[in-house]
Amino acid sequence: MYSQGLMGVEETPGGEQDLLDRFQARIDAGEKIEPNDEMPEAYRKTLIRQMSQHAHSEIVGVYPEANWVTRAPTLRRKLQAMAKIQDEFGHGLYIYSAAETLGVSREEMVGQLLSGKAKYSSVFNYPTLNWADLAVIGWLGDGAAIMNQIPLCRCSYGPYARAMVLVCKEESFHQRQGYEAMVALMNGSPEQKAMGQDAVNRWWWPIMMMFGPHDADSPNTETGVKWKIKNFTNDELRQKFIKATVPQAKLIGIEIPDPDLRFNEETGDWEHGEIDWDEFWSVVKGQGPCNHDRITARRKAHAEGAWVLEAAQAYAAKQAARNAA
Amino acid sequence: MGELQKNTRFEHLLRLADTNLILGHRMSEWIGKSPILEEELALTNIGLDLIGQARALYEHAVAVSGEEDNRDADDLVFLRDAPEYKNLLLVERENGDFAHTMVRQMFYSAFAVPVWEALTRSVDSEVAGIAGRAEKESLYHLRHASEWILRMGDGTEESHQRVQDAVDALWMYTGEMFDMDEVETAAFEAGHGVDLTAVRSEWEKTVREVLTAATLDYPEDCWMLKGGRTGKHTEHLGHLLSDMQFLQRAYPGQKW
Ligand SMILES: [Fe+2]
Ligand SMILES: [Fe+2]
Repeated sequence: MYSQGLMGVEETPGGEQDLLDRFQARIDAGEKIEPNDEMPEAYRKTLIRQMSQHAHSEIVGVYPEANWVTRAPTLRRKLQAMAKIQDEFGHGLYIYSAAETLGVSREEMVGQLLSGKAKYSSVFNYPTLNWADLAVIGWLGDGAAIMNQIPLCRCSYGPYARAMVLVCKEESFHQRQGYEAMVALMNGSPEQKAMGQDAVNRWWWPIMMMFGPHDADSPNTETGVKWKIKNFTNDELRQKFIKATVPQAKLIGIEIPDPDLRFNEETGDWEHGEIDWDEFWSVVKGQGPCNHDRITARRKAHAEGAWVLEAAQAYAAKQAARNAA
Repeated sequence: MGELQKNTRFEHLLRLADTNLILGHRMSEWIGKSPILEEELALTNIGLDLIGQARALYEHAVAVSGEEDNRDADDLVFLRDAPEYKNLLLVERENGDFAHTMVRQMFYSAFAVPVWEALTRSVDSEVAGIAGRAEKESLYHLRHASEWILRMGDGTEESHQRVQDAVDALWMYTGEMFDMDEVETAAFEAGHGVDLTAVRSEWEKTVREVLTAATLDYPEDCWMLKGGRTGKHTEHLGHLLSDMQFLQRAYPGQKW
């Protein structure tokens, strides 16, 4: 799962006006841009950044869930948790491949993640402290990701749009599964209900932050919308999410930990309390509760697997030599 | 062919189920630690297959045991302590490095394939059905592990050493797979089980082929450890159970 968080356009589009006009005309006509089509450099760079952040988020997002997968309480939940994680790894691989069509290699992208240069969704830098966290990640985390990803099914870049169609189907399934696990807890014992509420209390604000800064504070949204790589603004998506979530929470007796959350009859919108942007930016910059743990886990897998990769390469080289002989 | 006593039949199913569950659980421990992303998918997939097989067997065992035993499949998994677990020792061994995991998988899958194949002819049609699916899955597991062993064995000096170390370290846990004790013999004679001594030669042939292709040494005969099927385990199982069973133990009797 992933939500846009920090997306903006890489740079103000410069260069040849002709190209920009031709390109814009195609986008306005609803055409899909394909890998070998001409495109402004800023478009290409922005997409590489967005898609690689998205892929990294799918991969890093596995760690909070992996923290509980071996402790799943029933066979059914165990199989569900493993299958969901498998889907997320699949999303990561699929989106890396789609990004590679823009002329960047997976090694390069993964290298940027490991070096700390590339970002991923800030929400994964929070810990999973009880079993209900897995339910909440599915219900609210995948739920938030869907808000962003469904419009991306119509984004202008063909390979990304097509990847999102498949990914969204699975994310919706994760969201329903997460909610169902939450329902089970909220129908359970007082201890289980407390787990559920505790998990929502801890995840609500990080998930609100997942949608990224308020529109007034996110530059370049306009170009993103013009190029159809961002069809809704951060605040619009946050609003859609709250609208979908509030009744679901109410139905199972979950209280949303925002005393200022209220429905405005006039505007038809939900007004929410102040988001702690200081916290958001410090997590983005690496100071979240689990930034260090997540990156360390990724680096460790990479370092400990290096000899396996070397073996596979050495074997392939030997095979090639044997075939040539 | 005589009738198989209910408790022997239950015990026989439990052994199979436990072995697949524990190995499947070990695969879930790899999540986030695999050497390459493609392997994250593959190992999780193998884990899902194995736990899926186990689940079907537990549910059938529960049906077989009937009213005398009111435990359900989750009770069997989450509320039995190590001595009541009847899995093979091989599968409870810690993951170790990737070479250990792949060798353990290859040793087990080379056994599971002929076992499932024979069980497709079980007089118990439920088991025969489970076996049909499981045989196909196990063939894929065997191929996957064997291909990695080939790459590691015939890869670099380091990978060769690691995979040979894994073969040597795990060898002593392979002998008990073929042990025809009372339960296995009774199950076989009643048409529910498998002649494991016959499986042995097929297993040896498969393993020898894989190791030879991978330029690895086939270990010499050594003392074989036994006990998994009768609940005498290695130190590794208890830790796996304390992790896996945590929630059910800490919050007993709840629905999840
Ligand atoms: Fe995903
Ligand atoms: Fe998901």
